[in-house]
Amino acid sequence: MKLEVGYIQIRDISLADESRIDDGVLYINTKELEELALEDEHLEAVSFDVARPGESIRITPVKDVIEPRAKVEGPGDVFPGVVTKMSTVGSGKTHVLRGAAVVTVGKIVGFQEGIIDMTGLGAEYTPFSATNNLVVNFTPKEGLTAHEYEAAIRKAGLKIAYAVGKLGVSHKPDEIKVYEFPSIIEATKLYPDLPRVGYVLMLQSQGLLHDTYVYGVDMKQSLTTMLSPTEIMDGAILSGNCVSACDKNTTYHHQNNPVIEDLFEEHGKTLNFVALIITNENVYLADKIRSSDWTAKLVNYLDLDGVIISQEGFGNPDTDLIMNCKKIEETGTHTVIITDEYAGRDGTSQSLADADPSADALVTAGNANQVVTLPKLDRVIGTLDYTDKIAGGYAGSLADDGTITVEIQAITGSTNELGFSRLSAR
Amino acid sequence: MSKFRVVHYINQFYAGIGGEEFADHKPEVREGVVGPGMALAGAFGDKAEIISTVVCGDSFFNENVAEAKKTILDMVKKANPDIFIAGPAFNAGRYGVACGTICEAVKEELNIPVITGMFEENPGTDMFKDKMYIVATKPSAAGMRDAIPVIAALALKLAGKEKIGASVEEGYLPNNTRVNFFEKERGSRRAVDMLIKKMAGKPFVTEYPMPDFDRVEPNPAVNDFKSITVALVTSGGIVPKGNPDHIESSSASKYGEYDITGVNDLTAETYETAHGGYDPVYANADADRVLPVDVMRDFEREGIIGKLHNKFYTTVGNGTSTKSSKQFAAEYAQKLKNDNVQAVILTST
Repeated sequence: MKLEVGYIQIRDISLADESRIDDGVLYINTKELEELALEDEHLEAVSFDVARPGESIRITPVKDVIEPRAKVEGPGDVFPGVVTKMSTVGSGKTHVLRGAAVVTVGKIVGFQEGIIDMTGLGAEYTPFSATNNLVVNFTPKEGLTAHEYEAAIRKAGLKIAYAVGKLGVSHKPDEIKVYEFPSIIEATKLYPDLPRVGYVLMLQSQGLLHDTYVYGVDMKQSLTTMLSPTEIMDGAILSGNCVSACDKNTTYHHQNNPVIEDLFEEHGKTLNFVALIITNENVYLADKIRSSDWTAKLVNYLDLDGVIISQEGFGNPDTDLIMNCKKIEETGTHTVIITDEYAGRDGTSQSLADADPSADALVTAGNANQVVTLPKLDRVIGTLDYTDKIAGGYAGSLADDGTITVEIQAITGSTNELGFSRLSAR
Repeated sequence: MSKFRVVHYINQFYAGIGGEEFADHKPEVREGVVGPGMALAGAFGDKAEIISTVVCGDSFFNENVAEAKKTILDMVKKANPDIFIAGPAFNAGRYGVACGTICEAVKEELNIPVITGMFEENPGTDMFKDKMYIVATKPSAAGMRDAIPVIAALALKLAGKEKIGASVEEGYLPNNTRVNFFEKERGSRRAVDMLIKKMAGKPFVTEYPMPDFDRVEPNPAVNDFKSITVALVTSGGIVPKGNPDHIESSSASKYGEYDITGVNDLTAETYETAHGGYDPVYANADADRVLPVDVMRDFEREGIIGKLHNKFYTTVGNGTSTKSSKQFAAEYAQKLKNDNVQAVILTST
């Protein structure tokens, strides 16, 4: 598969009468987007705000972050099987509104929605303080169950991101990157002397609001399988997660998977990137055994020399991570795992819920229990009603002076386990 | 700003007194710098001054710990420094243990910040690395030139009560306290680089060495339930409605103890979950799904168990450190034991 990705740099977003892109400014007619969102009978109302880097704005409770993209050429369109017709994506041309993001907020679903600060200490911990954010604030109809509510806002957010992405289809990109992912046999012929490397992407699938969708399929009902990395760039994998904000992979993270980018960067130079395996993180032991057996089996079939394994979430999925690592190492394939830590607020606890000596090469995205005090910001988009309750908060998190003292667990993307950011620990 | 006051501790060898044959040298205090203190003073520039140097033989220290400690503590107390520096001891075992021992005493008894330096295999590192900052050095004194600037920089931060960064930034030996910091490269890039090294058989450094996992062997099965008291304990966050003790939805700082005398069924009106790691809908609708009080009452009535303990213990497992969990369990296990509970059903989510 060959995908040409064209990046259109967005330097500002402005609410306007007509939706368009002009000289790097994304103009949005919110009326059109409102109608689109309210096609869903579960939603009562929707409002729009813009949050720019450096502005004194706090966005919370954040559910998902999505990068506006749309296909220019090739089969299908972004978010296949969910927002657009089912079709295998990942080839042709795709345009990206780089520097822009759609952020969905609204009344809390579970406990695990996050905070994005556009300035101050909190901004250092989230990548979305650096994007121009179109914040979409949803109000659900009364009497909706949590599951109906989550599904409604997930889908509405994606529809909005797609509609915004389509504004870039006829624009000339500022930068173009070409990603090619040939068959494994072709790839091996191309670079016979380089080590064959795969990527095992673990997807959150504990269920009950902890779900990831692949071409619209709930990943907990899938066996371990394979994709082309270019399919992910076209939105084949979507977040449906209300897991802790720090290490949930938002849809934006999937669209811009950094392990894939960095493996492509080394492809043909120091390694031969030949396989992307996706697997789940289910809660039943039998599922864990089956899925990790399958990752090791596929790695073995493909005769890989090394794999990177990335995790999503913590605690229960630590067992999936360690099972994958151990079984893959047993096939004689080298592994590096990416995770984050829950070492306690003072940093002195054991960091993981499972461990094995074979996990001897680990990259950490930091201790999610670290406590920070975030300054009062001028504006809140969303609501502070849940600050004491979200994962990472506690009774008294929101002080009378407007400051918030929380674990960085509550900050969207702070300890992302795809290795999206630079935070680490020792 | 006035200079920080430093007291430096070295052994008889570095004081130029002599080697092994002089190792029973008794503690003495000298004004100003002695031996490696010269290099330290150079590294401090005008930010700190070594006001005195304590010299003690390694054998004397290790064979007369109580006396050596007392004498040296008096010397340090008199000098009243802002920071106490010992060594570096490199791979010298007795010197390392002496540095660690005297640093611990100065820190604990005089409440003065301390720092020392050792090679990672010095027996002193295992004994003291969790108690003080020990700068990682090479095995021999040939590493003095590398060690001094690191020790000096960290000493200035400690004296100034500044925030101390992660071990890899500051140069101290990992001390089982995880500290966050921002790397130069993002995590994915570091993972790719680590994999390239690992596949090529080149040395690489993991960012988190696997801990010795604390695995608990289950007790033997209980054969006869008919006459015993059984308790329910959960990490699924079940609490009386309203979460009266404010147990956190993640990273719990406490556990709850609640009386269920006369409670036969947990209902949506009376109980809920505080847990933020799973969808609360079904647990809130019927908390027996996580803490099966209803079934246990049936068992009680049917004579399958002697009785259900009248208290349950609960916390939130989500994001809660294993250290906190262990501490909670140690406490309530003792309470259960005192109440003659003979079996516990632990439910998780």
